[in-house]
Amino acid sequence: MTRKIRRRVAVVGAGMSLFMRRALETGRELSYYAAQQALESAGVRLKDIEAVTMATAPDAFDGVHMKGEWLLDGAGGTRKPYLRAYVGGGSGVFSLISGWTLVASGLFDLVLVVAEEKMSSCQPHPQGAFLTIFDHTIERPLGPNLLWIFSLEQQRYMQTYGIRNEDIALVSVKNKRNALDHPAAQVAANLTVADVLASEVVAWPVHRLMVSPVSDGAAAIVLAADSIAQRLTDKPIWVQGVGWALDTSYWGNRDLSYPRYVEVAAKMAYEMAGLTEPRKQIHIAEPYDPFAYKELHHLEGLQLADRGKAPEDLAAGRFDRTGELPTCPSGGLMGVGNPIAAAGLMKVCELFWQLRGEAGARQVPGTPERGVAQAWGDLMQIGTVAVLGVH
Amino acid sequence: MAPPNSRRIDAPPPQPLRGRGLRDDEFRRRVSVTPWTPVLEYGWDTGLAIGRFLEGLQEGKIYGTHCRQCGRTVTPPRAFCELDFKPMDEWVELADTGTINTFSICYITWDMKPLRRPQIPAVIDIDGTTPRGGFLHLLGGVSGNTVEDIREQISIGMPVRAVWKKPRDRTGAITDILHFAPAGKRR
Repeated sequence: MTRKIRRRVAVVGAGMSLFMRRALETGRELSYYAAQQALESAGVRLKDIEAVTMATAPDAFDGVHMKGEWLLDGAGGTRKPYLRAYVGGGSGVFSLISGWTLVASGLFDLVLVVAEEKMSSCQPHPQGAFLTIFDHTIERPLGPNLLWIFSLEQQRYMQTYGIRNEDIALVSVKNKRNALDHPAAQVAANLTVADVLASEVVAWPVHRLMVSPVSDGAAAIVLAADSIAQRLTDKPIWVQGVGWALDTSYWGNRDLSYPRYVEVAAKMAYEMAGLTEPRKQIHIAEPYDPFAYKELHHLEGLQLADRGKAPEDLAAGRFDRTGELPTCPSGGLMGVGNPIAAAGLMKVCELFWQLRGEAGARQVPGTPERGVAQAWGDLMQIGTVAVLGVH
Repeated sequence: MAPPNSRRIDAPPPQPLRGRGLRDDEFRRRVSVTPWTPVLEYGWDTGLAIGRFLEGLQEGKIYGTHCRQCGRTVTPPRAFCELDFKPMDEWVELADTGTINTFSICYITWDMKPLRRPQIPAVIDIDGTTPRGGFLHLLGGVSGNTVEDIREQISIGMPVRAVWKKPRDRTGAITDILHFAPAGKRR
């Protein structure tokens, strides 16, 4: 199926708050920080913005019903067309996709996209909010916690392809090190594989340092239609393709070794972007990395590595910041932090800075022209993908 | 306020990034935290398909459903085939045996409290399903608490069998199966 896109859409500004374990600020205040910075970097005022999309994950984190409305004022949505984009962990990239549909359709010319998460309010631990993702009748009575599903999936991935835990730990090492150059980073560190494997086993095969932290934070971007974007900046970063897909909620019936939903989403985005050889045509990737193995799993789903071979590529340095395909040059969720929805949009912000050559100490060498950002979530079943580029 | 556009710092986002992180002691002693403990009660209906599945468990049977159009036999059973979008054609009594698709050895509770005796969650592919698939349950009947001890006794692909509660103790719940244990062992 060929999709006819009505108008080109560009990212023209980006902003973030700090990512923190526990912020004094409310979610509304964090949203304002990021949104204000994005507007300023785009050189536009809130009154120029015609519509707002907002991403934030479960209401249960905040104990506030209809959190989208609660955050409205911080996202700059007052008296404007406003919508909440919510697909769990996939929300950050999905917020860009939602904003893109509003501009590409011709409905609006200038849209603000804000993503926020404040996980720290939920006591004693925000995992409590995640317990309700399990089926109430046939799963919750077994006493599950969120780590179960990831450790089960990692173990299946490792078993299918003969991957060692050392190979997985290297993702934590790379991303936490990349994050040393990110001013918003919460858990940047210079570690070795041995350090990661020496951290305690939380749910074998997952060790503590293979899990992203609990975080508070926000990120935002400004989207503009073709002619407006060219007027606002010499360096618009074009949204070349978007895609998303969900797999069945009967997750015990899935092949856990391969994220087919990411493949479907990626192929949709690549087709829209006119990519025929993504491994050659994509120069930077920001795959979703809430757990170390997920970066590798997702790179395979994104068709950027052969099935089961991403760990070898990683060990060979292919995914280093100076490698052939830098992945998570931001530092990712493992290094910058994981305020759920905001973490996904942080990846889009990173592509914006990298493709403009403005990433400073994090800048990947060469002149990258195209990047892909991806997020994932719900009951480990959604892939959200966006291809961004300079042309 | 963020600096004007022209002033690009070395590593964006442009400084100063805003946010005031709280230390643990600040949060604990805290002047400004408003606590709230919600009391929410729900009564969840089983639905058509899971209702029948639970009745089966009470009788010591694992049920699946079959779709003639795609040829799949699946469990947990469902009322309609989500691929062909039509009612499932028949109920199938499956064996109470299967194989370990994947498992984990979990040493913490949801609120990060350590567990000395780990939980061993697993996806069990139930015999008789096509393509092979199943559901989340627990593994048991293994001794020892360390990763090494447990991995010596269980592995992916290993045949397992349901260990049931005594008939009079069953309530028509997923926990009528206590756990799955390596086949050949009863406990």
